[in-house]
Amino acid sequence: MELLVLVLLAFAAGFLAPTLHRKAPELVPFILAAIPLSIAVRLFGHVGHVSHGGVVTTHLEWLPQVGVTMALRLDGLSLLFGLLITVIGTLVTIYAGSYLHGAKDLGRFYLYLYLFMGAMLGLVLADDLLALFIFWELTSISSFFLIGYHTEQADSRRRALQALFVTGAGGLALLAGLILLSIATGQTTLSGVTAAGSIADLPLATPILLLVLLGAFTKSAQFPFHFWLPGAMVAPSPVSAYLHSATMVKAGVYLLARLHPALAEMTLWTPIVASFGFVTLTVGTVLALRQTDLKLILAYTTVSSLGFMVFLLGLGSKYAAIGAITFLLAHALYKGALFLIAGIVDHGTGTRDIRLLGRLRHAMPVTTVAALLAGLSFAGLPPLFGFLGKEVAFAAIEQAPGGMVLLAASVVLFIGGVLAAGMVALVPFWRKTAEATPHEPHEANWAMLLGPVVLSAVTLVAGILPKLVDETLVSPAVSAVVGKEVHAHLALWHGFNVVLVASIAVLAIGFLLLPRAQAIGRSLNAAFQRLDAIGSEQGYKALIQGIDTTARSQANFWQHGILRRYLAVMVGFTVLATAAAWFLRDGALGIPNLAITATPFGALLVVGMVVAAFAVTRLPSRLAAVASLGVVGYSIALLFLLFGAPDLAMTQFLFETLSVLIFLRVLWGMPKMVARSSNATRIRDAILAGSVGLLMTLLVLVATTNQFADPISAFYRAASYVEAHGRNVVNVILVDFRGIDTMGEITVLSVAAMGVVALLRMRSRGEP
Amino acid sequence: MSLILSTSTRALSPLILVFSIFIMLRGHHLPGGGFIGGMVAGGAFALFMVSEGVEVARKAVSVAPHMLVASGLFLALAAGVVGLLQTGSFLAGIWWDLHVPLLGELHLGTPLFFDIGVYLLVAGMTVMILFTLAEET
Repeated sequence: MELLVLVLLAFAAGFLAPTLHRKAPELVPFILAAIPLSIAVRLFGHVGHVSHGGVVTTHLEWLPQVGVTMALRLDGLSLLFGLLITVIGTLVTIYAGSYLHGAKDLGRFYLYLYLFMGAMLGLVLADDLLALFIFWELTSISSFFLIGYHTEQADSRRRALQALFVTGAGGLALLAGLILLSIATGQTTLSGVTAAGSIADLPLATPILLLVLLGAFTKSAQFPFHFWLPGAMVAPSPVSAYLHSATMVKAGVYLLARLHPALAEMTLWTPIVASFGFVTLTVGTVLALRQTDLKLILAYTTVSSLGFMVFLLGLGSKYAAIGAITFLLAHALYKGALFLIAGIVDHGTGTRDIRLLGRLRHAMPVTTVAALLAGLSFAGLPPLFGFLGKEVAFAAIEQAPGGMVLLAASVVLFIGGVLAAGMVALVPFWRKTAEATPHEPHEANWAMLLGPVVLSAVTLVAGILPKLVDETLVSPAVSAVVGKEVHAHLALWHGFNVVLVASIAVLAIGFLLLPRAQAIGRSLNAAFQRLDAIGSEQGYKALIQGIDTTARSQANFWQHGILRRYLAVMVGFTVLATAAAWFLRDGALGIPNLAITATPFGALLVVGMVVAAFAVTRLPSRLAAVASLGVVGYSIALLFLLFGAPDLAMTQFLFETLSVLIFLRVLWGMPKMVARSSNATRIRDAILAGSVGLLMTLLVLVATTNQFADPISAFYRAASYVEAHGRNVVNVILVDFRGIDTMGEITVLSVAAMGVVALLRMRSRGEP
Repeated sequence: MSLILSTSTRALSPLILVFSIFIMLRGHHLPGGGFIGGMVAGGAFALFMVSEGVEVARKAVSVAPHMLVASGLFLALAAGVVGLLQTGSFLAGIWWDLHVPLLGELHLGTPLFFDIGVYLLVAGMTVMILFTLAEET
């Protein structure tokens, strides 16, 4: 139960947030932060157990009918993610209290943030395949609310929807993939699937792989789905730091890591995953260098880092898994810190444009130090943890087939990373010149500094003492990815080898080029201007516009608002469909029984009805037509009476009376009737009306001659008094035997009545 | 408005209303029931409306028609829930035999309350539509 309680705790904190915010707005961040902090402490308590290969599980029946359980499982990989989620969550909560200080809807913000936290925790703890999917979707939904936090801005709403569409579409693919995976393996849990080993030889392996990859690639912003992530930067900075850098966007990487034992041995795995990852790395780096907005630079470098992690997992080796996990941890630490720092700079100066910013080290000394540590970790300078992340990753690349070529390409791209790191973390603080910023730069308060300081300090400490994280977090996580016990052996010094040379080359060239970073950005801008018009974001826009246009033309075509035409379409379709079914399955319904016996009085009624019905169509006045229609109705009531159905007859009489009354009321104010229809229209309508009448008649005749089962009326007659204590069978059926039908009918009636009233009122208020 | 219609309406409407309740109650054993009774009640108010005007008729109903609809639906639902709580099956009929002083044996069941709900709903709905129509056109 423990794991479930931890997840529910985060959700509960979210639902309490709006109330708390009303009662004690100043204290909310600190009260709420206690929740993820205590979850983190609880998770830390499991480190000893999990790092020795142990697991913690929770198992709760959820939907036993369809075999869905709320199965949660804490292993090395979940633990690493769980700690990232809760520790960074704590820092972000405290940060956001100051960043969004005084915001009216801060309570709503925390609600979404904690919904996300609970969903993300559930996602990394979930063992059941469908539970995983549900948490997966919940993260997309809470991310949608957080991106669209500034609901009054159209751009914010549009970006939120874009992120939701892209990740939601991927989520659907993932659902299909997970269901196929469950069918193919016969397992319903992730641990079951991965324990069963590679699925390469199973029949549905390829579709499973492709669908799961679609889910992972959209979530982790892989090319060509990368565009939603920079778009998501309209969210407040703490959200960018938390969701769109440190945790949620890594969910795709998490999924690939989690299913690594099952999928990585497929022949398609490395070609697809590694190449998409590498393309994303390239695209992200190039696009990052073209930006001048702090958050956009960070967003695109996040895209490239996610690409790098996916690329490493795509290589499929044990070393690559070590590289991916170490790099992931390093990235979460420094990129989370840098996003929070970008928020501080924005908050303290009023701008995020690096062309304006400079000399901030005087006004923001603490931020400058934190930015320096995080930025150098990003660049990969020893002894920071980012250096380790890059080292093990490079070592894995070198050992892969075609290693030297890939390593050389990675070196070039990482030089771009150094430039981006410099642009974000060094230039604003150390440049000697600065333009005027919207307001005079000032240092942030301690609540906002706490996050960057803690994260960059961890980066430094973990870099100097890698043993602290190696056997406790990284190795257990890698073991879970690979499916057997692995030791990462993280160390600052691995001897003088190719990898070290590559690292030195990256740093040396990167820092040499740094002063020219903006010029490089401008020339890249010039070179890639043309490509912007055919980027995948344009494709997305065209798709959305296409859907819009199609929907609009469809709606205009069908919903023309002309009642007669609606009626004609419905009636015509019914006649055609029924007649077609009748002819195609000829004989199946039998021949209508034409031997009809009738009493003289009955025959007289029918003749009267036919005459009255015909009169309705020919009479020159509306009132006369309504009266004539009333004759038809009363005659039907008489027929009911004739065949011994007094209840029906009574209802029919009353209904007829009321409807004539309503008709009269409606027709009161209408202008004089003029014959407008041409003769051709009349003939067409007559044919339509005649054919539907003929069809219904034939159907009734067929239905009465074909008895597929014993009539149920005998049972009702027998059981009516014995079981339901009533002698009027019709009424007993209505209120007892088929009570639920009646319930539905009266509900529909009341809804319809409300609709009628609303329509009438709308018209009198002059609305269409 | 016609004096004859007005006078006869004033005399007839209460009678029709009582009759509608009678129809609803007798529905259990003989032709009748909540639906028909509700329509008769609606008809009584419709008659009132035609002879005395909408405003007078609205006052005569004395509750907002949509409240009639809502309470009818609620009563029907509640009758169903009783069955749900007692037998685990929604809308299952539950019957009580009561000894009422002066009246003697009374045989009561949830289907009756269900039917009263239908009655209120149908009456309320008829009145609601008719009144609105009369006001808006």
